[in-house]
Amino acid sequence: MIGHESWYFLGSEATAKSPTWTPVNAPNPHPLPSSVVRDDEPALVAAAKRGEVSAFEELVTRYERKIFRVTRNITGNLQDAEDAMQEAFLKSYEHLTNFKGDSRFYTWLVRIAVNEALMKLRRRHPGEFSIDEELPGSEDLMPRELDDWGPTPEERYQQVQMQEILSDAIDKLEPDFRVVFVLRDVEELSTEETAKLLGLSITATKSRLLRARLKLRQRLNRYFREGGPN
Amino acid sequence: MNCKHVIREISNYIDGELDPALKQELERHLQHCEDCTMIVDQTRKTIKIYSGSVPVDLPSGVKSRLHAALHKKLPPRSV
Repeated sequence: MIGHESWYFLGSEATAKSPTWTPVNAPNPHPLPSSVVRDDEPALVAAAKRGEVSAFEELVTRYERKIFRVTRNITGNLQDAEDAMQEAFLKSYEHLTNFKGDSRFYTWLVRIAVNEALMKLRRRHPGEFSIDEELPGSEDLMPRELDDWGPTPEERYQQVQMQEILSDAIDKLEPDFRVVFVLRDVEELSTEETAKLLGLSITATKSRLLRARLKLRQRLNRYFREGGPN
Repeated sequence: MNCKHVIREISNYIDGELDPALKQELERHLQHCEDCTMIVDQTRKTIKIYSGSVPVDLPSGVKSRLHAALHKKLPPRSV
């Protein structure tokens, strides 16, 4: 049993709980389906820019779990993740007028959260997150553990167990690899955006992503291989 | 192309970023190498499992502290 909290839920984004937002001055306020509410983001941002704290709070409620996952995954530490998340939301409010709407609000917010989380990571582990192109031991890529996973390995675990497995595997990655994997494969940023956020070259970003993916595959192999570990 | 080359190119292959000639060479290797095929499939599955995950609710206390901090520190913005 893995003894720590986990931050993953397996399933479609559409099945996640979506809070609804009702305009403050609506004559007949009633909750809308989440698919409709998603379209109201520009209105929420505009209202928040005008100083409607309730509109900003709705944006926070909408994205707090995703932003916490980002900061938790990058820092690998609960307290730092919470602090980075709070600071990200506060800074985003403070600088909201700088948001011109060229991208989704969430994309803009994620960049702020990533920077806050990276600051925490570097403070807690000075020198552990490197912008060097080549990392020690990076030539050793050949997978050592190779077993058949069967057709649907993820179905062998209950949802909670699966969350623990995914969290455990990602937490054990070195920060250099973990951060790149989180941005590229969990948050699904582009390689270019990931490189830019981290101050890495495209080559270094791709190299770390490759290693992160292979290392995670190897860690998951211990759980997913047929016959083990259960 | 040998197994070492395949492993080095796995990410680019999965992301569809290999040039056509290299992709063809890699796929030829996969046709006769069960180990590399397994690694490609499992790496692809690993990415899919993580990217398909959605965040769970915030841990107890984190949400209330966040909203308390917002209430405390967010003055209404002047227009």
